Order: sequence, then structure tokens, then C-alpha cells
Amino acid sequence: MKNRELELKKIEGYARRMRKHILAMSLAAGGNSSHLGGGLSIVDVTATLFGSIMNYDGSNPNWEERDRFILSKGHGCLGYYAALVESGAISVEEVTTFEETGSNLIGHPVMNREIGIEFSNGSLGMGLSLGIGVAIAGKRRTQGYKVYVVLGDGECNEGSVWEAGMSASHFKLDNLIAIVDRNNFQQTGTGRDIMDMGSIAEKWISFGWETVEVDGHKYSDLYDVFEKGTIPGKPLMVIAHTKKGKGFDFSENNNDWHHAVLTKKQYQSALEQLENCVVR
Amino acid sequence: MMELNPANAKRWSRIGSRATFGLVALELGNSIDDLMILTADVSTSAGLDRFKKKYPEKYLDVGIAEQNLVGIAAGLASEGVVAVTTTFAPFQTMRCCEQIKVNLGYMKQKVSLVGLASGLVLGTLGYTHCCIEDLSIMRSIPGITVVSPADCGETVKAIQAAIKHHQSVYIRLTGGTNNPVVFENDYTFAIGKSIKLADGDDVAVIATGAMVYEALEVATLLESVAISTAVHNMHTIKPIDVDAISEICETSKLVVTVEEHSVIGGLGSAVAEQLAQIENSPPQLILGIPDRYGQGGSYEDLKRDFELTKDQIANNIIKRFQQII
Repeated sequence: MKNRELELKKIEGYARRMRKHILAMSLAAGGNSSHLGGGLSIVDVTATLFGSIMNYDGSNPNWEERDRFILSKGHGCLGYYAALVESGAISVEEVTTFEETGSNLIGHPVMNREIGIEFSNGSLGMGLSLGIGVAIAGKRRTQGYKVYVVLGDGECNEGSVWEAGMSASHFKLDNLIAIVDRNNFQQTGTGRDIMDMGSIAEKWISFGWETVEVDGHKYSDLYDVFEKGTIPGKPLMVIAHTKKGKGFDFSENNNDWHHAVLTKKQYQSALEQLENCVVR
Repeated sequence: MMELNPANAKRWSRIGSRATFGLVALELGNSIDDLMILTADVSTSAGLDRFKKKYPEKYLDVGIAEQNLVGIAAGLASEGVVAVTTTFAPFQTMRCCEQIKVNLGYMKQKVSLVGLASGLVLGTLGYTHCCIEDLSIMRSIPGITVVSPADCGETVKAIQAAIKHHQSVYIRLTGGTNNPVVFENDYTFAIGKSIKLADGDDVAVIATGAMVYEALEVATLLESVAISTAVHNMHTIKPIDVDAISEICETSKLVVTVEEHSVIGGLGSAVAEQLAQIENSPPQLILGIPDRYGQGGSYEDLKRDFELTKDQIANNIIKRFQQII
């Protein structure tokens, strides 16, 4: 029986340590830049999932019964790799190899199940379909694993997301939970300016998903919605309202940080902010 | 049930390659526990209605959504399911091209893709439903084997081989009902190993898919004007049979490739890529569909428009051969 308060504390610590790894990776990327903004917006979601919710063992990333996690918005990989580091699936030494030639950790995830990376993602709009295939396989074999898929809100511009979306409810996949990182930005501007999707929540509801909106940085919100899980016969969509670049004063809600270089000075400032919890 | 013999060859020829695929599916459903066949709302066109009834737990229709089709198949494959997808060739290869690249090529998830009614056979429905680009596109993606069976008997063997193959396979079905028989009796089919159907030392005709039967007819016409003609069934476009092509270069004065596909990027190009690397290779005549979309029309009329009937192929070969000797 889980102790909710303990779990929330655990997640908070997990997320804080993840942010340190993310800063280190971003610094290691140097002049290659990194997708810091979109990696930071999902940290609290992935911390909640890997730090508490998922049935997952970082020392055995290929465990048959594991809950599967798919980062459909592959450019958010900093928020994924950091979670895998904290889970133990990726060694902390690998962090500084980010984006080096030959590294396991490059700018978009490359499938490597030995270190917990389920699929290669990066071309937007594909991850939910993969998750549906994995979820169907699980149901066929009456395996109890759940499948978590994180999508970007900009990613929801892709028609393939909606092909997948309508099929998940058609197939009654109640072992599938998707999360949209609703940070209201995409590569070149706000979602509203580039392609106004209106109410994303209403769209998912109309596609037959049980849909819940949460504060994507509030651990209690996230924990409660994931603990509650799906209702029978329906996949669950969690619209996580987030801030791109969350956690640091220079990056929060600043779309320059979609893909940018983190300087040493910014890195130091960010570390201090983490220590002092300047921005929560 | 799926043994190749004259009676079955005749039966399958009558119903065509799509319905034959439906029969193979039944056999696969019976023998493979963890099989799933996925379609995009084309069960009736793929001969899969009986399969759907008999093995509903092994059948999945994703609706008219080919990107989702390949994505789901790849997700299933990643969990060890033996996944087969099928829809009409243009949609099977082009609508979900990037999913094929990322999921099957880059991530190496093993899926067998069956492209229905490729080439010109659906010409009365117009070029949205013809497919003259699929060999070229599939060939260009690393990690995808590309097979183009010559007749319905070879369709059976190709699908059976694809299921066992170590990587994803695209199988291109051509021809219609009453698809002419090339193989009446059982033979050994191996992915990557072309089959010599006739011997000759003037011209080597390398053909694929429904053009293999035409090539045999062409050989008869050429022999009647004293042009000694070999015929090779190049059922696997990728990996192309490099050894067979080397041997052909030693024994022929002219290499001719014949395909119901664009002259860009298909069989002809694959063979030319080999010839370009062989010292003193003979000249090559690439026969196929020129770089344009034509008018709609019947299969026979469209083949005639593109000079892919046996008489037209033979005439073009004779003309070219006379320039060489």
C-alpha cells in the first residue's frame, strides 16, 4: 500500500536530481545545442511516472512485465534520459556523452532496450501508434503492463496522431495512458499562432478518450491522476498544462529554448536556482 | 493445401494474387499462434474475409489509416508478434512511407508488407490506384527486402518466405484474375536468388512480377527470329542477385530488364547499378513505364500504351539488338 505523502516527496527529489542531469547534458551538448525547453516541460511528468507510478526496474530495463514508456515527442529526450538515469537504467557517466559521436544518448532517442530506451522517436506523430501496438500485444497475451505515451501539443498537429487516437478508443485500450505536454509552444512560435488547436482536451474527449486536465508541474495532480488510472474500456488522456523550459528563470516560457546552447554561466546560474529553489 | 502443383497453380491463377494471398493467410493463421494480419479497410480486396471470420483474434482492421497501420504493426512486432500488413500498393508504400522508414528500416521492427494490385492492373480506376513507384521507394530504405513474385504460385512462396525472413519484406503483388502461370510445379524459392527460366546467349531478359510471363512469351518470339534469349525471373529486387547478374554479363550481348514499374529506380535501375560496376558489361535496355502518368484504362490497354505487350517488347529488343551486332 503506497503512502501518498512519501511518494510525492520521492517524486520531488527525483525531479530535482533529473534537472541536474538535464543541465549537465545540455552543457555537454555545447555548440550543438539541445532541446532544453521541451525536455524541461516534461520533467515532472516523467519524474512522477518513473519515480513512483510505473511498474519499472531500472536494473532490468527489459523486464517482460514492465510498464512501457514511449516518448513520442522525441526531442523531449532530456526529460526521458534523465528519468532513465535516476531509475538506474542509464549510468550517470553516460550523461556527459550526450550528443557525442557514438553516444547512446543523442538528440533524439535511439532504440536501445539494454538501457531502457524503448523506441527511436523524433519524427513526430508516430509514437502513439507504436504504443497502441504494444498495448494490443499486452491485451492479447493478458499481460498486465500499462503503456504510457508522451506527446507534444505541437505534435498533435500531425494527422497520424488522430489516426492513432481514434483507434485507441475503438480498440478499448484501457491499458494505454497518453499525456500531452501542453506547453503552448512549438518550434517557431506559440501553438495559437502556428496552428491554433483550440481545446485539445475537447478533441481527445470527442475521440473517445477519458480525458483529464492537470497542472503538469504539480506532483499531487500528476500522482493522483496516474494512480487512479484508466476506466474500463477507455484509454486515458492526461492533458498536462506545462511551461516550456520549466525550472529556470532564463528558460521558463521562453521559446528561444526550443533548441539552444546552454552557456557555462547559465549552467551555473541554473544549478544555483535548483539549490535555492528560486523557481518552482 | 498450399502445395504448388498444376491443379493448385491453375486454381490460384484463376482467382488472382490477392485472393491467393487470402488462402496463404488461412494457412498462416492455422500454423502461427502469434500472428496478426492488419488491414486498412481492405479485407474484401485482400481476400481476407475468410481469415477474418476464422481467426478474428488474429485480424485487425485499423480503418483507412495507413500510417497507423504500420505504426501499430511495428508496436506489435516489438512485442514478438508476427505482423503482416496489407492494403493497395500505393497506400501500403507511399502513404506510410516514413513509418516504414522509421519503424521497420531504422528500428528494424520485423513486419511483412503486402502491396495489393501494384502496377497497372487497376488502370480503370486511374493512377491514384496504380502503383509504378513502389519498388523504387521501398528499395531506397535500408533494412527492407523487396520481393516481386512472378505469379500466384510464387506469391504463396514469397509470403511464406517473408514470414521467416530476418528483416521486413515488402511483397509487391501484380497481375489480375487469370494471372498467367509461370510455375506449375514445385520448385525452390529463396529470397535473393533469381531463377533462370530459359537459356540463351544473345539476349538476357531479366523480368519481375507479371512481366516474367511476358518475358517468356517474348523469348519465344525472339527465338523465332534466331535471337537466342535467356529469361531470368528476378523476384527479389533487393537484395538483387548480384552473382546471377555477373554471370549474365559473361554470357549475353544485351541485357534487357522488363518491369511494370517506372524506369526510374526499379528493377532496371537495380540491374544497371550492378552493370555499372562490372568491367566490359554489355549494354542494357530498360523497359518499363516512362516517367509520366498516363490516361486511365484497362490493364491491357495501359500495357500497350507503355509498350509492355510481348510484341512491343520483342520489337524493342530486336531494334536494340540490331544496333549492337
